[in-house]
Amino acid sequence: MPGAELSNFLGEKFPGVVSNVTIPRERRVFAETTADRLVEVTRALKEWGMVNLGTITGLDSGEQFGIIYHFYDAQGLVFNLKVFIPRSDPRVSTVTEVFQGSFLYERELMDLFGIEVIGTPPGPRYPLPDDWPAGQYPLRKDWSGLPPQAEKKPYPSEGENRR
Amino acid sequence: MSAIKIPVGPQHPALKEPAGFSLTLEGERIIDAEVRLGYNHRGIEKAAESRNYIQDLYLIERVCGICSHTHVTCFIQAVEEIAGAEVPPRAQFIRTIIGELERVHSHLLWLGVAGHEVGFDTLFMYSWRDREAVMDILALISGNRVNYSINTLGGVRRDIDADQARKILALLDPLIERTEYYIKIATNEPTFMGRLSGVGKLPKDVAEKLGAVGPTARGSGVDRDTRRDDPYAAYAQVPFKVITDNHADVLGRTIVRVFELLESYKMLRYLVENLPEGPITVKVPRKIRAGEAVSRYEAPRGEDIHYVRANGTDMPERVKIRAPTLANLASIRESLKGGFLADVPIVIAAIDPCFSCTDRAIRIVAGRRAETLDWLQLREYSIDWYKKRGIDLSRIGK
Repeated sequence: MPGAELSNFLGEKFPGVVSNVTIPRERRVFAETTADRLVEVTRALKEWGMVNLGTITGLDSGEQFGIIYHFYDAQGLVFNLKVFIPRSDPRVSTVTEVFQGSFLYERELMDLFGIEVIGTPPGPRYPLPDDWPAGQYPLRKDWSGLPPQAEKKPYPSEGENRR
Repeated sequence: MSAIKIPVGPQHPALKEPAGFSLTLEGERIIDAEVRLGYNHRGIEKAAESRNYIQDLYLIERVCGICSHTHVTCFIQAVEEIAGAEVPPRAQFIRTIIGELERVHSHLLWLGVAGHEVGFDTLFMYSWRDREAVMDILALISGNRVNYSINTLGGVRRDIDADQARKILALLDPLIERTEYYIKIATNEPTFMGRLSGVGKLPKDVAEKLGAVGPTARGSGVDRDTRRDDPYAAYAQVPFKVITDNHADVLGRTIVRVFELLESYKMLRYLVENLPEGPITVKVPRKIRAGEAVSRYEAPRGEDIHYVRANGTDMPERVKIRAPTLANLASIRESLKGGFLADVPIVIAAIDPCFSCTDRAIRIVAGRRAETLDWLQLREYSIDWYKKRGIDLSRIGK
């Protein structure tokens, strides 16, 4: 079973680094690693046969942010690698040097969770507008809308100076 | 020659959907392209966190106007996996039937758009005519042309009866005949092939490296299809071939889509003829136990991924959606590079970016009278409308 093979590989190659390996069903494996070993583990996964990074999910778990990297191989096995980082210092390294197509998913973490992705290639932001106020991260659990003063009016209302 | 930068979009760069492209040109050649997205960001992931699972079905169905069944099925599979619900085989088959009908109408739609973008509007007229027949069947089965709402937690909401099954089968033969004609065009017609071959080059290694999905990847020879690799619904029981092509350009993507149509017809025939007996739904509690699941679905445009995390309440803790177009946008930049400015619309259209078309019936308010037309009445109305203006369309199609 490929899931068990992957679990054995990670256990041998990264003892103590990749933990909490679970196989909830056929073709699905979940595990956890630490932020400082993420790129190294990602590279090893690619060598093992993970052909693509499907997407990256951000999670707001209170004191910590969770980041889930959804890898899959050519036979349909999905490996979900979780990394937890502190909310007070939300930073993680880019994986774009291993999976080049993932920069858009990293942009989502930056815009929607306010997680700093170190080393991600420069480019336009995604998905929020260019004039989105700083410090507003919509997918954080404590965010429930823009503060009233931050809401911009698309056109000045009547009586206001139309210049 | 010095390079100049021109903006294309965000309004309608190719299709009726906003995306901004900043192209660096040297003469007519594109040397670099930058993509700016997000103009359609509606905050659906956030909205899903404050609605219950049943409400979320209808919300997530509206992520996309074409792949509506795709998104809701992808989401519901994850929720059912967390809840441990065993969806009955008949419901799985019905989901698959709707999914393949959706693929057929989506590919026919794309073929028409591609024809239009390369100045072959007859193809656009033909394939959209055929698409109407598929939309009618979808409306017959589900009651809706676009957002079918066939799914519910634990199964499907509507059964397919013998009469509907007969109508689906009757639809297939004329569609096969017409699709074979489109295949003849895509593989033999010199002007059409000449317009598309070598345009929007995406070599196999680049497609793999950038994580391209669906017909975009398969048109570059990447043999990947979620229906076969990670089977869901009834796909493990249905025989079908994964279509790939090695042209690695817009022509390759076209060939993959037209041959996929034939595969879909075969699958539809098999699914309808072998529809298992039994219930169409099982009971699923409104509160879903804590857990998480990742679900994948082969949308017409490529692989769709949903991650759902449940926390034991009737609302999800987190819903993450990765639509196929996002995965393909990284590769669009590469396929634009080195091409001509005039090829931009067809190269962008070739990944088949998603847009909405949800018109079904209209309300005509004349004075204080409001009236809703069904589809046949709407057809009559449009024929009359043109007749009054001197164009008689009533004989067409008879």
